[in-house]
Parts: sequence; C-alpha cells; structure tokens
Amino acid sequence: MVAADWPGADWPGAGWPGVDPEWSREIAVASTSAADDPGTVRRWHLLDNGAQLSGRGLTPAGTLLCVHGNPTWSYLWRTLLAAGSDSARPWRVVAVDQLDMGFSERTGTFRRLADRINDLGDLTDALGLDVPVVSVGHDWGGVISLGWALAHPEQLAGVVLTNTAVHQPSGSSIPPALRLALHPAVHRWGTTTSDSFLRVTHSLAHPPLAADVRSAFMAPYRGAGRRAGVGNFVADIPVDASHPSFPALSGVAEGLRGLEVPALMLWGPRDPIFSDRYLKDLIGRLPHAKVHRFEGAGHLVAEDRDIATPVFDWLAELGRDGGPELQRPNVPADGVPPLWAPLIELAAGAAGGDTAVAEMAADGKVARSLSWRELEQGIDALAAGLTEAGVGHGSRVSLMVPPGVDLTVALYACLRLGAVVVVADAGLGRRGLSRAVKGATPDFLIGIDKALAAAAVLGWPGRRISVQDLRAGRRRLLGVETSLAALARRGSGVSPKLPCRGPAHAPDPDADAAVLFTSGSTGPAKGVLYTHRQLAAMRETVAETFGISPGARLVAGFAPFALLGPALGAVSVTPAMDVTAPRTLTARALADAAAAIDATVVFASPAALRNVLATRDGVSGGGRKALEGVELLLSAGAPVPEPLLAEVQRLLPRASLHTPYGMTEALPVTDISLEQIQAADADAAAGTVAGAGDGVCVGRPVHGARVAVIPLAADGTAPVTEPVTEAGVTGEILVSSPHVKEAYDRLWLTQLESSSLPGWHRTGDVGHFDAAGRLWVEGRLAHVVTSPGAVVTPVGAEQAIERLDDVGLAAVVGVGPSGTQAVVAVVETVPPARKAGPAAPQLAGRVRGAALAAGVSVSAVLAVTAQPTDIRHNAKIDRTRLSRWASRVLAGGRPGQP
Amino acid sequence: MRVLVTGASGLLGREVTRLLVRQGHEVATFQRRPSGVDGAADFCGSVTDDDAVHRAVAGAEAVIHLAAKVSFTGRAAEFDEVNVEGTRRLLRAAREAGVRDVVFVSSPSVANSGAAIAGLGAEPADPERAHGDYSRTKAEAELLALAEDAPEFRVAAVRPHIVWGPGDTQLVERVLARAGRGRLPLLDAGAALIDTTYVDNAASAIVAALHRMENIHGRALVVSNGEPRPVGELLAGICAAGGVPAPSWSVPGGVARAAGAVVEKLWTWAGRKDEPPMTRFLAEQLSTAHWFDQRETQELLNWTPAVSLDEGLARLTEHYSS
Repeated sequence: MVAADWPGADWPGAGWPGVDPEWSREIAVASTSAADDPGTVRRWHLLDNGAQLSGRGLTPAGTLLCVHGNPTWSYLWRTLLAAGSDSARPWRVVAVDQLDMGFSERTGTFRRLADRINDLGDLTDALGLDVPVVSVGHDWGGVISLGWALAHPEQLAGVVLTNTAVHQPSGSSIPPALRLALHPAVHRWGTTTSDSFLRVTHSLAHPPLAADVRSAFMAPYRGAGRRAGVGNFVADIPVDASHPSFPALSGVAEGLRGLEVPALMLWGPRDPIFSDRYLKDLIGRLPHAKVHRFEGAGHLVAEDRDIATPVFDWLAELGRDGGPELQRPNVPADGVPPLWAPLIELAAGAAGGDTAVAEMAADGKVARSLSWRELEQGIDALAAGLTEAGVGHGSRVSLMVPPGVDLTVALYACLRLGAVVVVADAGLGRRGLSRAVKGATPDFLIGIDKALAAAAVLGWPGRRISVQDLRAGRRRLLGVETSLAALARRGSGVSPKLPCRGPAHAPDPDADAAVLFTSGSTGPAKGVLYTHRQLAAMRETVAETFGISPGARLVAGFAPFALLGPALGAVSVTPAMDVTAPRTLTARALADAAAAIDATVVFASPAALRNVLATRDGVSGGGRKALEGVELLLSAGAPVPEPLLAEVQRLLPRASLHTPYGMTEALPVTDISLEQIQAADADAAAGTVAGAGDGVCVGRPVHGARVAVIPLAADGTAPVTEPVTEAGVTGEILVSSPHVKEAYDRLWLTQLESSSLPGWHRTGDVGHFDAAGRLWVEGRLAHVVTSPGAVVTPVGAEQAIERLDDVGLAAVVGVGPSGTQAVVAVVETVPPARKAGPAAPQLAGRVRGAALAAGVSVSAVLAVTAQPTDIRHNAKIDRTRLSRWASRVLAGGRPGQP
Repeated sequence: MRVLVTGASGLLGREVTRLLVRQGHEVATFQRRPSGVDGAADFCGSVTDDDAVHRAVAGAEAVIHLAAKVSFTGRAAEFDEVNVEGTRRLLRAAREAGVRDVVFVSSPSVANSGAAIAGLGAEPADPERAHGDYSRTKAEAELLALAEDAPEFRVAAVRPHIVWGPGDTQLVERVLARAGRGRLPLLDAGAALIDTTYVDNAASAIVAALHRMENIHGRALVVSNGEPRPVGELLAGICAAGGVPAPSWSVPGGVARAAGAVVEKLWTWAGRKDEPPMTRFLAEQLSTAHWFDQRETQELLNWTPAVSLDEGLARLTEHYSS
C-alpha cells in the first residue's frame, strides 16, 4: 500500500530515542466513521509490542491501549512500551497514531470527537486486542480513550488518565492558552501554517526535552500539509453547548460517573491548560481513582516523570484482590463519638453558660469570648448558613483564619457538615502555601482579608467567604460572595428541624474530614488526609496521654493542638500574638491569657517558648501568679533543648513540661517530660543503658500507639523488613496507631511508599530505641550520610558540635557519591560569621574533634551566617539544600549563600 | 623477592625501598644519584640510557617504577623522553630480563581534565585531556605500561594522590617557602576538598600492590589517605608544622588559573629553570576538589593507610622542630 503522504525514508522508527523499531507497524482499517464515505479504508500507524512479545514466547497479561493528544503522537508512550516488554510482567502496549496525526494517514477530512472515538473502535476491532484492556490517555486523547472505554465495557479492566479533561467546570472559562489558539486570527496560522502550537507544547516539559526527543516529537509534523490534523483538533474543542462535538463530550463526561473499573490519574500540576481544577472534576466523576500529582511536573507528565513504574505497579495491584489497604489496628468498627461530642454535652449541661473559647486583646483583656452554649449555637447556625451557601458533605473548605473564636466556630461547623477542611498555614511560605492550596482545590475559601487578597492575586481556587462583612467595593475586588457573619445570621433563621442541624447529625466516621499540610522542610509540602475517626482518635490520644479532660483550661499558643480544645471539653484561650509567627508570643501575653481563664495547660511551640523566655521580665506579679497555676506545658513541632525547658520550668514552677514528638501524619507519636529528658541524658552520659544517646530522646509511645524501626541498610536506605524495637538498632521509625493519617492527598505513590509495611506508617525519620524502651531520633532518612564503611545519621554529631561554646545550630551533611560520601559539618557561629565559607582551621579542628567524640569523622567544616530553616518551626534545617551548597563550595566553587 | 626500585632517591622511592628492605627483600635501586638507603644496592644511571637500564633489571623478579620527570615547567620533549620513552625502555628491558611483575607508579592527574573530582575511582588515563606535560606523559606511560600486562608479565598502575611527608620538596617545602614569604594565596577561600597521601601510606600501598598482583594486574588504582580536607586547612596544617604563618589572603580560583596559564608559558618561553610562582596546574590543584573513592583500592590491596592525616602532620611538626 502506498499513500500519497508517505513521509519517506525517515519512517519507520529511524533512530527515535527510546523506540524499538520493531514496535512500529501500520495497518489498513475499514472506516465506519461518519466523516468517511462507506467503504473507505484508512492507514494507521502505531507502536505495538504484541508481535515482539509473542515472538519471545511471552503471553501478555492484557493490553494497554494508549491514546495521545494534540499535537503529540504515539512516541509519547515509549516508556510504557519498554516497560510492557519486560519479560517479568509482559503487557501488550498498543500506542496509536490518531488519523491525521503522527505517522497515520492524512485523510483530508475534518474528524470530530465522535468520529475519533469511533475510529479507535474500528482500529481495535481490526487489531484484536489481548484482553483485558486498560485504556491510557493524555490531553484530548484522554477523552477519546474514555469514549472508547465506555463503548467497550466487556474488554475494559481499567483506565489511566494523564493531564486531560472531560468537562469545562461550570463558572469557569476555557484556559486562556486554548482560547488564544482558537481565536480566528490565530488559529490557522498558530496550529497549521506554522509549527507554533507544536513548539509551545514541547516547551511545556520540565525539565526541557532533549534535542533528539524534541525532534522525534516534531518528526511527523514537518510541513504545513502534515499539520491539518493539529489545527482541526484544536477547532474541535467544544467551547460551549452549541459546538457540534459538545454532545459527544458530555456523553463521555456523564458516562464516566457510572464507570466502576479501577482508575489511575497521574498528573503534572504545572500545566497552563489542564490545571488542577480539571483533575478535581475527574476525581468527582471517578471518586475511587488513585491519584498522584507529581509536584513540579507539567502538561507532558509522561516526559517529565517516570510514569511507567507507577502504571505497572498499579496494574500489578489490579491483579490482586483489593490491593494492599492499610490495616488499622485496634479500631472498633463503629460507635465512634464525633469529635465535638464533649462540646455538645457541656453546652447542654449546667456549665453551659461558662466560657468555652476566648481571644485576648493586646491590652491584656479578653477581647471576645463565647460560652459553651453560644459556641454550640454559633456552630449550629453557621453550619446551617454554610449549607445554604452550598457547602455539603465532601466539599473542600480552605480555612485561612488565624486561631481564635472565628476559626473554632468555622472549623467545627464544617466538620459537622461533613465538609473537608483544608488547613494550609502561612508557615509554608508564600510559594508553598500557594502550591498547597492549588493542589487541594478547595471548593470554598474562608479567609481573613489578607488571605483573600492573596487568593485574588495568586488565583487560588474556591468560592470566597470573608470572616467579617466587607464593604461592597472591597467585596467585589476580592471576589467575595458572602461572610461568616452573614452566613451565621442567615443560618440562625433556618428551621432547626433541617437534617443538617443539631447534635444528632454525625458524618460517617470513615469520611474525609481534614487535609493538613506537612511543613515542607523535606520537599514540597504534602497534604495529609484525616477521616473523622482519625481526628476522634487524635483527641483520645491527647486526652489519655496528657490527662486533659473536660474542665481543663488551656492557653492555645500552638495551632494544631489548640483546635482540639472544644473537642476535649477544655476551655481555650488564644493569647494576643501573631499566630502565624510563633516567635511573637511574649511572656506577658502568655501570662495575661493564663490569668484570664486560670489556665491549667499551655500549648506553645519551641520558637514561642524562646521568645517567652526572652521577654520574661515583662510579666507582672499577677501574671506570674497565673503562670504558677499552670500544671502542664506541651511544646511540639520541633525538638526542645533541655536547657530551654529548664529555663521554662522556672517560669512555670508547678508545671509538668512535655515535648511530644510527632509529625503532621501522626500527632503525637511519643512523649517525654523534662525530668525524663534529664534522666535520658544522664543515662547517655553514664553509658549504663544500652542504646541511650546518639540522638534526641523523644520518650515512649503515646496512648494507643505502637512504634518500631526497620533497620538501615549499608546504602542508607530502609528496605522493607520485619520491624524491630531492639535497643541500639538504627532504622526508619514506624508508627501504628488509630490516629495515624488516612492517606496523602492526591499522592498515591507517596502513600504507597509510606504504607509499604501493612499496618504501619513509615515516618521518614530515623532513630533507635534504648534498653529502657525510649526512642532516640537521629534525623531524616533522606539526610542519612553514607561514608565509606559507615552510615552516619546527623543528629548525634550535631548535638555534640552544638555543645561547643561558639557554635549555634549545626548540621551534618554528606557530599559526593552515595557509599563514599565525605561528611561535612555546617555550623552557625556565635557571633555569626561575616560570610559563608570554610571555617577557620582552629574552629574546624574543634568541630572535628567534637564530632569524632560522637563517632563521626568529619572531612570539612563550613560556616554559614544563618542555617536555612523551615518557615513554620524555624528549627528544621534544610540539610538537602545545605548538602547541595556544600558540594558546590567544596568542589572549588565560590561560596555564595546556601 | 629480588626487587628493582627506580627513582629511589625521591621522597616516595626512598620510603618504598626502605620498606622493602625491612620486609627482607633483596632490593636494588636505579636512578641518577645514590638512593642513600641502607641495605639496598644502587645502580646509578638514567632511564634514558638503554645499557644502564638493562644492567639494572638483570636478575630482578619485580620492578617498581617511580623514576619520572616531575615538574610544573620544562620542555615537552624532556617529559616525553624521560616519562614515556624511559618507561617504554624499562618495560622492554624488564620483559627481556624475565621480570614477572611491574608496578608502575602513576598519578591521579593522568585522568584529570581540570574538573572537580569528588569521590570517583580511577578513571581511565587520558593523555589528550590531561593538563600539563607531566600529566600528559604520565598518562601515555601508564597506558603503554598497562597494555603490556600479560599473565607472565604482570603490570599494575598505582596512583598515589599528592604524596607528602617530612623531607618532601615537592609540596611541603614549596608551601613553607612561599607561605614564609607571604606569597601563598588561598584560592576561593581554600574551600576545595582535597585528599592527600602521607608518604608512608603511599609506600605501603605500593608494596601491597606488589604482593597483590594476582588481583590487580592490568588495572590502575588511586591511593590516598581517604581523608579529604579543605585545601586551606591542609595548607594551614603544613604551615603550622613548619612554623610559618598560614596563608590568609584569598584570590578567586578563576583568576589564578588564568594567571597560571600565562605565567607558565612565559617561564617556558624564557627558558627559566626555577619554578614559576603560579602555574595553571597548581592553580587547578589548589582550587578544585580532588578526592577519591578508596573502597575498591583498600579491598583489592587488602591495605589501609596506617598514618592518619593528623598523625602525619604531627610527624611533620616533629621533623621541623628537631
């Protein structure tokens, strides 16, 4: 068969990187599409490893039917072809070139979506696929692959989607980039006459495509005559309901809701066209889908990241029944009291008129407070108002309100409605926060002015709700629909008979309740999903471990635990401070807050404690007395050095001082008090308890939690083995508890990794137990240094170095290849160095000596003016960044700043 | 074993000879001046003299070849004559004399194109990319030596990295002389991470190589202390040992490398025999990382460095204070 548009000698497969020429084939297919006259035969080109597999005597487990979008071609799927050809898990992979695209025939017709779906069916009928079939699609090829999937239920076993869309979410317009491409003045020239559309698409790769790969993507589209399909594809995008392809698209979009086969979505969020809102729409249609967003990847996610490994891991899971679900220990099937049960009890009881929540003003007086009854009524009214505004079960609501009365009411109102609260805080930094909010795609954003202004500037998703009523101009400017105040007014008028009202209404304990974010000190911040059951378990853990029961009165200087106040039945007061900057808590503000409610418990971050000590002279006699009444201090978020705690003890003489250890995924995991820290340090110094020392002692597991480690291998990783708790064995720390997170949000691969030991959460921290059952944390798994003959965990040596008088924060990092890394100590000096670079030989010698005493041989000592730390805690050193910097400096580059 | 050591009058050659004598081997040496090692028989002569080479290898079972022209400057032809042709001549004579094993003492600079080396092993010698006549000719010689390797004529290359110790004229004396006159700058604040080899360790590794030819013949191995340090600290340590002030001023590495290239050319053009104040090679050595993966070397040689860097510096201090 000879076609007029035969591309010539460069076909087939003339040296395209990553493509085995044997995969390239062509097939003549009788067309039944409306675009063709009856009896028309079309020539298709595809990449197909089927013949090769049977030639090797391999029987494929099924077929991956891969459909490219515009303007790519089957080349996009080469990594799947290669992975499918692995004899250990053979899959036939058929990657088609759509008609008028790639190296398939140039038909001279205008093929619409319905034609293309039908075309694909014609092709697969002619090909004869090995069942079961999993469809794979990208860009507009995603829609076509889904159209095929819906039409072939008997063959279909699953769907894989990458950066695609099936529906224009209401109230939004099509992406500006596409609007431009569709503009009559631009369309023909941009897509067909010139190769602009191709070039722009190829430029969306992060990192940029290699020259040979770019050239392979361009190969079938050289010459305007070969690009008609590119232009037609763009013209076939249904911008509104009047478009001829709109019915076909709607058919696919609606048909998806009934699709019950397993689904996998792999997404590159840096996509100017198929942004997160389209992912959200797809998740709404296929709620059972496994979803992974590759932070930093873009439209060409198959080029930016390895998608073959996750696709084949997922396929392997399809073969098993149900797959490895996280087993939850010690969880009763039902009878979980909702998080707010104590609140309702107190509101209805004799003490209903007593203060439940309060906020302090800067003058030391109570600025605002609500009784238990008022709190319950406020929550109830707001819940009703939010329902009217459209917030319901499963709605995602981003709360950008500082801790205090408003946040407490809004949070519990959302939880009661079964909405999922998204709590991203300013501690992530502007960029991290923006990324987090966009990735979580909230439906609603409740925020203070500052947050709403940022949302407007940075284009955060979600319908906007302000806290207070705003003037009309401001409201328009910020795109705000309503306010919490207005919603509460509206809600209090709603009949109390509505099902959303009242204490009886409790959501499914296994429904999603909250998305919290990790601090992002080890990579982009990750969303962590909690169910209602897990939040209730967290409340139980805190209550049981620390003995906090109804009647307790707590000063909430640290957000995560502070929100639990009403759930614990505890009176809570927010001190006058900028809660987004813990360092702003003064001793006086703390004392005023304590005095206002005769506080028994204080929650404060380590950074806040430092400032409290620095400002302790500002406390009056009355304030001092109030602080003397405190019985318990909890300080979490980062390790608290013993000398700091000892100082705090003088300010809170009667209090038991506790520094629980935990992470966003499990709050808390272990607990230790000042006395226990001192005992542990003494044991480490005396060497009498096996395993004591070399790390930060974080104490014993909290109520209901089990903790163990999986030992580190010589290459610094923690391969899956039997968890142990043997003294002195260093490994990755695991936790198992009813209050461990449900999953990472839209990070399926991360979730798989973190739960690769069924029943356990892998924390990514490393540490060991001592013979007394105490856990010692030695750092992050990702920060382990592999020097020749020794795996070095950073914390032990860092502590030894920090004991030198003229050293502040120290970090131990590795440079060079894994297994033969040189150990580098990076120190902040007192007073600070004038510029970053090698430490003076004298200091270097002492640092080296201190590290050696802790068993670590240091090659180089570098001084920095300030360590790069996370914004949230101002304590977690970014060792990964330091390591990159140290590598550069020690290779002989100019120092600069880390 | 009857062993011939060439270049035994140098710092490392003398130490290798001493060690072999201590181990009870029958040791002969070959170089232009007497080695001065008790218990070794000296043949005096040059590797450029065919007859002298033949006389020296006669009766030897093994040869350790250290003799080379080591300098930052000089005419290219001299380097070729001594380092390349001298090696070729020695190998031919050794083979004819029935020598079984040859350890060719080389240098990591044979595989160094000027880029930083952080934790690599022994990369292939590359005369095309090696910087300077010394490295280029050593690379050529190593390639031709290893090409001679055969079951009955085993050749291995050992590349000790920056050998120093008491009595060292190449590094220690130069550092002290320059630092003493205040003419030793740090390049880029002296941050480049550099591994070195204390002379006793280099010697013991070379002798270990002779005993492990079975495992290593046909290969090149880098040898070092396995203790990389920022170059500024190393220089400070050497200066402290020699009782001179440590270098305290820094110039950008790029400037020094450019200046070195110019100075080097001027010196050669003027035919000066003394060492120039800066050469490109020296600037590179002082401003880019050079440290190596020692795991394979230590395993293959069944050897570990016995003298740590700090112990070496202590011995240097003792040497200068006595």
